[in-house]
Amino acid sequence: MRIAIALLIGMIFGLGIAISGMANPAKVLNFFDFAGSWDLSLIFVMGGALVTTAIGYRLVFGARAEPVLEAAYYLPANRMIDQRLITGSAIFGIGWGISGFCPGGAIPALGLGYGSTVLFVGAMVAGIALTRFALNALSPPARA
Amino acid sequence: METEFTPFLSLAGGILIGLAATLLMAFHGRIAGMTGILAGIIPPLSADWGWRLAFLAGSVLAPLIFTASGGHIAFSVPISATALVAGGLIVGIGVTLGSGCTSGHGVCGMARLSPRSIVATLVFMASTAATVFIVRHILGGI
Repeated sequence: MRIAIALLIGMIFGLGIAISGMANPAKVLNFFDFAGSWDLSLIFVMGGALVTTAIGYRLVFGARAEPVLEAAYYLPANRMIDQRLITGSAIFGIGWGISGFCPGGAIPALGLGYGSTVLFVGAMVAGIALTRFALNALSPPARA
Repeated sequence: METEFTPFLSLAGGILIGLAATLLMAFHGRIAGMTGILAGIIPPLSADWGWRLAFLAGSVLAPLIFTASGGHIAFSVPISATALVAGGLIVGIGVTLGSGCTSGHGVCGMARLSPRSIVATLVFMASTAATVFIVRHILGGI
């Protein structure tokens, strides 16, 4: 049940990403290219997703003390705005600005069947694995 | 290269993303952040890798079915393969250090008004815009 529902929710997410244009690097890069071939579309993606999620979360948390399939909500407990958050986010932006792919755009883009997406996702997975390895080597592993 | 301005399709896509985020919280009690979900199926696997893999598989399957049944999704990569690989590595490093990406911080975290996510989103949006400006208008493309 848990698996089947996750698959369906993943399909809604992937369809949303694909039709929104977030899986298209050229469109994403144009959103950030104010000084060039600017395409404002992605503000509608971010706006639509943000407002829907904000209302949706409010309804969910208001209606139920726990999720349907689990004992409790898994909400990030870390409240600290630290150097690692800032540095990591700045680095992510450099990669996103170079490639036009963010993780949520790239994974559904795999379904469009282009080799370039596979190349990007392979490199991204390597980047995640290497960074996790380095962080664990520097300090005891934290449960995600 | 110009891309077509698609306000209605983009808004519809955004609403679907928000709907998926709402449902994942309602059923699994989880943040729909691609970074966190993906990290759990990269070894060492997290104990609950099953729903993660199912979510990821669904997110790949839907665009596949959509295009296979005649739907059109615009797609083009205006950069070199080398830049794509470099970008992938940098994204992987950044989202792991920053504990999230556009979906996790930008949508779910911002929707919860998490101060961490608001700061992260402002930083990566600014950094992305600066990178695009440097790549396109100073370096002249990569």
